[in-house]
Amino acid sequence: MNIVVCVKQVPESRDVEMDPETGNLKREGAAAVMNPFDLFALEAGLQLKERYGGTVTAITMGPPQAEEVIREAYMMGADDGMILCDREFAGADTLATSFTLAQGIRHLQAVDLIICGLQTTDGDTAQVGPGIAEFLDIPHETSIQKIHGMDEDGLRVEKDMGHVVMDLSLQLPTLISVAKGVNQPRLLSFRRKLQTRDWPARYLERSDLDDHKEAFFGLDGSPTQVEAMFPPQPHTASERWEGSSQELADRLVQLLVEEKFVQSGVDE
Amino acid sequence: MQYSELIPDDVEALQAIAGNSHVKVGDAIHDDYMRDELALDLYRPDAVVEPKTTEEVAAIMSYCSNRGIAVTTRGSGTGLCGGSVPLYGGIVLSTARMNRILDIDEKNLMAVVEPGVLLMEFQQAVEERGLFYPPDPGEKTATLGGNVSTNAGGMRAVRYGVTRDYVLGLEAVLADGTVMETGGKVVKNSSGYSLGHLLIGAEGTLAVITKITLKLLPKPERQVSLLVPFPSLEEGIRAVPEILAAKEVPTAIEFMQKEILDAAETYLGKAFPDSSAPSYLLLTFYGRNMVELEQVYDRVAHVCLDAGAVDVFIANTADRQESIWETRGAFLEALKAMSDLEEVDVVVPPTEVASFIAYTEELAAEYDVRILSFGHAGDGNLHVYILQDQLSKEEWQRRAEQIMEAVYRRARKLRGQVSGEHGIGYAKRPYLRASLGETQMQLMRGIKDTFDRKGILNPGKVWSSF
Repeated sequence: MNIVVCVKQVPESRDVEMDPETGNLKREGAAAVMNPFDLFALEAGLQLKERYGGTVTAITMGPPQAEEVIREAYMMGADDGMILCDREFAGADTLATSFTLAQGIRHLQAVDLIICGLQTTDGDTAQVGPGIAEFLDIPHETSIQKIHGMDEDGLRVEKDMGHVVMDLSLQLPTLISVAKGVNQPRLLSFRRKLQTRDWPARYLERSDLDDHKEAFFGLDGSPTQVEAMFPPQPHTASERWEGSSQELADRLVQLLVEEKFVQSGVDE
Repeated sequence: MQYSELIPDDVEALQAIAGNSHVKVGDAIHDDYMRDELALDLYRPDAVVEPKTTEEVAAIMSYCSNRGIAVTTRGSGTGLCGGSVPLYGGIVLSTARMNRILDIDEKNLMAVVEPGVLLMEFQQAVEERGLFYPPDPGEKTATLGGNVSTNAGGMRAVRYGVTRDYVLGLEAVLADGTVMETGGKVVKNSSGYSLGHLLIGAEGTLAVITKITLKLLPKPERQVSLLVPFPSLEEGIRAVPEILAAKEVPTAIEFMQKEILDAAETYLGKAFPDSSAPSYLLLTFYGRNMVELEQVYDRVAHVCLDAGAVDVFIANTADRQESIWETRGAFLEALKAMSDLEEVDVVVPPTEVASFIAYTEELAAEYDVRILSFGHAGDGNLHVYILQDQLSKEEWQRRAEQIMEAVYRRARKLRGQVSGEHGIGYAKRPYLRASLGETQMQLMRGIKDTFDRKGILNPGKVWSSF
C-alpha cells in the first residue's frame, strides 16, 4: 500500500504574534514543530505500512526550513519526503493549499491512501484534507477515530459523530483525516536519525507540477483574503465565595444547574 | 507517653484562637485526617484545627503545651510513611489555610511562602515569572511545608538536589508557642548551628513551620527527554555511570520496567509511545536552546547505543514529553489500582541499583509475591513495592515484613539509607534504628528533648518508639 501523509510545520506555541498590517502570523523566529495532529496521521500511515507493506511518503508545502518536518518524518519511519517549495506558493488559503498539495500527490505514482491530520493548530480549518480529495476526485472521510485495517471492501474505519458512531469501508484510493488520539504517535528514533542523515528530500516548485497555471497558486489562487486579525476579547470572570463546606457545595450545585452544566435531580 | 484528651473547654479555647468553623470535632472530622496515603490503620484525632496565621499557631502551641495535648501537623496528607497521622490523638494542626505565596522576589531569586501552598501552585506561579523551583517530587498536590518536613526529593535531584538545597530560611513555632526565625533571604549563612536544617526533614517533630524562604533559579528555556529502551534493566543501569561520565548531567534519570508501564497504560487508558523493550531509562536535559540541546543529546545517545541500548527515542516537544511523563507520573496510582502495597523508599549508591533490583526479584520468587520497582537511577533512590494481590492481609503482611527486613539489611550492607525522600513517619521507625545505630538515635533524642521537652509535637514519629 502506497501511503502519502500530509504534514505541516506550525509554530510551537499558540502565542504567536500577528502582523496587524497583513493579518498574517509572524512565524519568523518562533520555534516550529510538526503540526501535532499530523503526528497521528503519520503514525497511522506507518502502522498500515507495517501491516500491509508498501511505502509512506511525507509531503509538505512550505519554505525551505519546512524540511525539518520531513526530517522528523524520516526519523519516525517515513520512506520518502517531498517539499512543495516556491515563493509563488506563499499566501495560499485552504483552496490554493489543497490544490498545490493535490498537484504534488499527482506527481507521485500509484498512491492508494492519503492521510491528513484533522486540522492544523495554526489554521484550525480542517479544510485542506477534503480539498485535496476533491481536486484528486477521490472519496474522503474526516475525523476518523479508529482504523481497523483492510478488508475485502477496502479500508475499514470508524468515525465518531458524537451522537452516532459510523463504521465505514472506504474503497482505495481514498483520503482520510484522523482525529487526535486515533493512536499514540511514536517518538523520533535516534537510529533512524543516523540512518537518514544523508537522505534527500525532494523539492518541487510550481514549474515541476502538471497543472501549473499561476492563477491557481499562492495569493493569486486564494479567494479568501484575511481582512483583519485581532486577539479575541478575554471574557474570564471569577468570584470568590466563602462559607462552610455545605453552603459552598449547595451554591456550587445551584450554579451548575443554573448554567445548565448538570440537570437538577429533583422533579419539580 | 501520656497526653491529655480534649475536653469541651479545650475545644472552646481553640475555637477562640482559630475561629469556630476552623476547629472540627467528632463526626465533622473526615477519615482523611486519620491517615495519609500509606493508609494502613486509622488514628482519630480529638480535633482538627486550621489556623490562618503564625500568631494563631503560636497561641495553639502555647495552649497545647500548657495542657499537654499532642499536636500533629498536617499538610495535604500525601505522605507515604504515616508522618502526619495522629498516633496519640490530640489535635491535627492543618496548614491548609496558610496557603499564601507571600513574595516572589525576582531581584533576589527567592520566594517566601506559607507552609500550606501546594507544590503545583508554587511551581506554576514562579514559572509564569520565568523562574524555576527545581525540587520536583511526584506528588504535586503535596504542600511545601510537607516537602520541607520530609526533605522531599523528586526527579530532578540528580542535577539540582533536593528540597533542603533550596530552603534559605524558616519561621517556625516551637512547642511552647515561641516564634523563631532561622536563616532568611540570605544566600550564605555561617552563623552558628543551622537549626533550620534540623527542622528540614524532622517531619514536624521539632517545631511547626509557618513560613519558608526558598531559593529560585532562572527557568531553563528548553528541554528534551530521551526514552532509551534496553534489552535488560541491568544493561540500562550499567549505562548510567557512562552517561554521567559524558559530562552532560541530565536533570533526571529514571528507570522503568515493562510490567509497571503496562499497568500505567491500563490505568490511564492510554498507550505509551514504545513497547518494544523490557526496560527503559528516561533522561531529561535542560538547556538554553534546541541547537545546544541537540548537541548534548546526540552525544548522550551515542553513549547509550554503545552501552547496548536498542535505540534512543527523542521527545523534543511538549506533546512528546507529555506522552512519556504522563505515564511516568501515573506509576504509583496505577500500582495502587492493582493492589494494596507496602513501599520501600531506600537509597543506595547509584552503581548498586541494578544488583539491588535483582535482589528484590530474588525475594519476589522466594516469597512468591509480586515486587515491582521504579525510581531514580541517577541518584540511587528506588521505590520498591510489595503487592498484596490475592494474599490475605495477614499472610501478605507477614511476608512483606520479612521481605522488608531483608531489603533494608541489603541496603545497609551497601551503605545505603532507609529513606531517600519519603521520610520515616511511623512505618519505617524500626529500620531507621537498625540503620543508624544507638549513638545517632541518642543524639536525635537529645535534639528532640531540647526542642520539645514535653514531647507533644508529632509523638511516636521518626526516632521514637510507639
